[in-house]
Amino acid sequence: MTRQMTGAKIVVQALKDQGVEVVFGYPGGAVLPIYDEIFQQNAIRHILVRHEQAAIHAAEGYARSTGKPGVALVTSGPGATNAVTGLTDALLDSIPIIVFSGQVPTFMIGNDAFQEADTVGITRPCTKHNWLVRETDALSSTIHEAFHVATSGRPGPVLIDVPKDVQFANGTYEAPTKTRTSHYQPQVKGDMDEITKLVDALERAKRPIFYTGGGVINSGSAACQLLRELVDATGAPITSTLMGLGAYPANGKGWLGMLGMHGLYEANMAMHDCDLMINIGARFDDRITGTIDHFSPNSTKVHIDIDPSSINKVIRADIPIVGDVGHVLEDVLKVWKARGRKTNTEAMAKWWKKIEEWKTRDCLSYKQTGKIIKPQYALERLEALTKDHDRYITTEVGQHQMWAAQFLGFNDPHRWMTSGGLGTMGYGFPASIGVQLAHPESLVINVAGEASWLMNMQEMGTAIQFDLPVKQFILNNERLGMVRQWQELLHGERYSHSWSESLPDFVKLAEAFGAKGIRCDDPEKLDDAIIEMLEYDGPVIFDCLVEKHENCFPMIPSGAAHNEMLMGNDSTGDAIGAKGAVLV
Amino acid sequence: MSALKIKKGSNKHSAYNLRPNFSDVTERHTLAVLVDNEAGVLARVIGLFSGRGYNIESLTVAEVDHLGKLSRITIVTTGTPQVIEQIKAQLGRIVPVHDVHDLTVEGASVERELALFKVAGEGDKRVEALRLADIFRANVVDSTLESFVFEITGTPEKIDAFADLMRPLGLEEVARTGVAALSRGV
Ligand SMILES: Cc1cc2nc3c(=O)[nH]c(=O)nc-3n(C[C@H](O)[C@H](O)[C@H](O)COP(=O)(O)OP(=O)(O)OC[C@H]3O[C@@H](n4cnc5c(N)ncnc54)[C@H](O)[C@@H]3O)c2cc1C
Ligand SMILES: Cc1ncc(C[n+]2csc(CCOP(=O)(O)OP(=O)(O)O)c2C)c(N)n1
Repeated sequence: MTRQMTGAKIVVQALKDQGVEVVFGYPGGAVLPIYDEIFQQNAIRHILVRHEQAAIHAAEGYARSTGKPGVALVTSGPGATNAVTGLTDALLDSIPIIVFSGQVPTFMIGNDAFQEADTVGITRPCTKHNWLVRETDALSSTIHEAFHVATSGRPGPVLIDVPKDVQFANGTYEAPTKTRTSHYQPQVKGDMDEITKLVDALERAKRPIFYTGGGVINSGSAACQLLRELVDATGAPITSTLMGLGAYPANGKGWLGMLGMHGLYEANMAMHDCDLMINIGARFDDRITGTIDHFSPNSTKVHIDIDPSSINKVIRADIPIVGDVGHVLEDVLKVWKARGRKTNTEAMAKWWKKIEEWKTRDCLSYKQTGKIIKPQYALERLEALTKDHDRYITTEVGQHQMWAAQFLGFNDPHRWMTSGGLGTMGYGFPASIGVQLAHPESLVINVAGEASWLMNMQEMGTAIQFDLPVKQFILNNERLGMVRQWQELLHGERYSHSWSESLPDFVKLAEAFGAKGIRCDDPEKLDDAIIEMLEYDGPVIFDCLVEKHENCFPMIPSGAAHNEMLMGNDSTGDAIGAKGAVLV
Repeated sequence: MSALKIKKGSNKHSAYNLRPNFSDVTERHTLAVLVDNEAGVLARVIGLFSGRGYNIESLTVAEVDHLGKLSRITIVTTGTPQVIEQIKAQLGRIVPVHDVHDLTVEGASVERELALFKVAGEGDKRVEALRLADIFRANVVDSTLESFVFEITGTPEKIDAFADLMRPLGLEEVARTGVAALSRGV
C-alpha cells in the first residue's frame, strides 16, 4: 500500500513496519519533525540517553542480546559526530544497527550551516553503508534497504542522514514488501565440494579443534544449536574468541575456554599443536594469532565465513568456505552423517589426554589471601552467586573484561556483550541499558573498571528515568589497569598517567542520581554485598575495591607464539622483545 | 550496451581462486568494478584504497548504462597476490558494487589510455618531436610557433615511452586519462 505523508511520519511508519519497538536517541534542531511524530504515537518507545555515544552502544546491547537490529536517532552536527565511536565499534564487532541522523535542509548543505557536518562523509568508513536522502519519495525504500543491509550477510551499522526539509515535505510511503528487492544478496550456502573436503579432513584428523567466533552468534540460535550437535557428536575440543562466548556452552564437554592473548593455556596449546583447525565465524584477529609465522604451524586450516574478505586476509585457508554458519553446518552435519559419522576415535582419545595434561597447569589459578579482594575472586563469587539467574553480562574494556571472560561461564548465546574489536572504554554501561530494555525481567550486570565506567557515567540518569535495574559491578583498582600492566611489562614499571586520580565516591554518586551504592573492600563480606546488590530492585553502583597491581594472566606477549605464554607465576622481566614492543 | 558485457564476476568466490602460497612478488592488475551510479560511490572506493593502504596506479570512472544507473570504475593497482585478492574481496563487499572483474586474470583484455602532451621547442628539437609523434601515431591538436599539443592513445606503456622521448625535447605538461579496459571476445 502506498500513502502520502510527511518525511518525518515516513520514518516512524517505516520503523513500525520493520517491527522496531525501541529507539535510543537524543533530540536537536535537525530532527525536531521526527521527534514531533514520536510524540504523537505509542507503538515505538523512545529512550532518551544522556550522550549520543551511549545511544549507539545501547542499540548495540539491544541488538546483541536479542538478535534483532538496534535503532538510534541523533541530531545533525555534534549529534552525528558523537555517534562515530559507537558506529565504529559496531562495525568492528559486526553488530546490526540502524542510525538516523538529522541534517540541515538540502538547500543549505555545503554552506557551513548551523550544526552542519558532512555526516555521510565522516561515517563512510565506519558504517557498512550510509545514505543521504535528498527526496522524501526515496525515504521509505531507503529505510527498508537499510534494515536489509544492516542485517544480512555480515551484519553491521548503517546510517541514514535525513535533511530537515525532507522530514517536513510530503512524499509517498511504501511498505517493506513493496520496495524493490536489493541487489545486495550475500551468499549463504557453502560450496558442497569444500564442505565435503572438510568432512573428509574431520574424519581423518588426529588432533582436531573447533575455533569459533562471533559469526556463530551472528548467525543465530539455530546455528549455535548445530554447532553444539557437531562438536558433541564428533567429540572434538572447542575453543572460542571473546566474541563467540556462549555459542557453545561453557559447561559442555568439549569446552576448553577462550583462546588468544588472555585465553586459557590449554586452548592456546591445542590451537598450536592441532592438525586440523576448523574456524567457524572467527576472523583470525591479532589477539588470536600472535605472530603469524608461528601460528599453528602444522595444521590444515578450514575457514567458514560469510564475508569473503575475512578469508585469506590474515591466515591462508586450506579449505575456504564462504557462507552462513547455520547453512554451512547443516550441510556439514548432513554429509558427515551420510558418510557414517566417522572420526579417528583412537587418535582423538590421545589428543584429549594431552589436553587434560595441559589443563593441569591450572592457568587461571590465583591466591585469595589476606584482607584485599583479588579481582579474580570477586568475579568467581559473582559467578557463583548469579550463574543460576536469567543473566546477561556486559563489560567495559580492560583487565576486568578479560577476567570476566575467563571467570564467568556462558551456556547460551546472546548473553555476553563486550567491545572486542574496537575495545571501547565506556561501552559497557550504555550497552547494559540496551540489554535491560530488551529483557526487563532479567538480571543485567555490567562488569566494569572504574576508569572505563566514568567514560559514560552520565547514563545513570537514563537508568533512573526508565527504571532500569542495571547492576554496575565496578572492579575498582584505582588504575587504568590494562595500561598499567603493559607499562609494567614493557616500559620498566614507569606508570605514566595510568592511575585514576580524584575518583568520585561511587556510593555518594549513586545516591546523587537516586540509585543505590554499595562499597565492599573485604573478601569476607563480599558475598553478602553481592547478594544485597542482587536483591535491590533498581540500579546499583557496586564499588568493589580490589588489589591494585594484579596482572591478568595467562598472557601471550606481543610478538610471541601460542606456546610461549606468560603465566601468573612466571618472571616477566624481558618477556616482550623490541619487535613485540611496537605491536599493540 | 557492450560495455556491460563482461563475464560473471569473481567477487563472491574470490577466496577460491587463490594461488597455492602467499607470494612476495608484486603484481599489477587491472580491475573493472561495476557500481551503482550514486552519490559518494567513488569516495567509497577511493576511501577503501587509502584506508587500507592499497596502491592506485590509475583510476577512471564513467557512467556506462544510463537507464540502469551503472558506472564502471577501472582501477590499475599493484600488490602481492594476497593483497590483490583482498582488494577484490573488499571491493566486493561495498554495498553499491555489483561486480568486480580482474581483467588481468580473467583471460585476455585490451587496455587503452589517452594522453595530451604539450611540447615547447625550436629548431631541430621541434622537428624531432614532430617526427617521433608521427612514429607513435600521435595527432597534433594544437600548434603555435613555439609549441605543440599532441594527442596520443595507447597502452600505458606506450604513453610512458612517448613521455620519455618528449622529455629532452621540451616537454612542458602532460594530462593522462587513466586506463580504460575491456576483456577480449565475448
Ligand atoms: C583488551 C582486549 C583484549 C582482548 N583479548 C582477547 C583474547 O585474549 N582473546 C580473544 O579471543 N579476543 C580478545 N579480544 C577481542 C579481539 O580484539 C577481537 O575482537 C576478537 O578476537 C574477534 O572475534 P572473532 O574472531 O570471533 O570475530 P568477530 O569480530 O566476531 O567477527 C565475526 C566473523 O564472523 C563472520 N560472520 C559474521 N556473521 C556470519 C555468519 N552469519 N556466518 C558466517 N560468518 C559470519 C564475519 O564476517 C567475521 O569474519 C580482546 C579485546 C580487548 C579489547
Ligand atoms: C576510549 C578508550 N581510550 C583508551 C583506551 C586504552 N585502554 C585500554 S584498557 C585501559 C584501562 C582501563 O581501565 P579500567 O576501566 O579501570 O579497567 P582495568 O583495566 O583497570 O580493569 C585503557 C586506558 C581504550 N581502550 N578506550
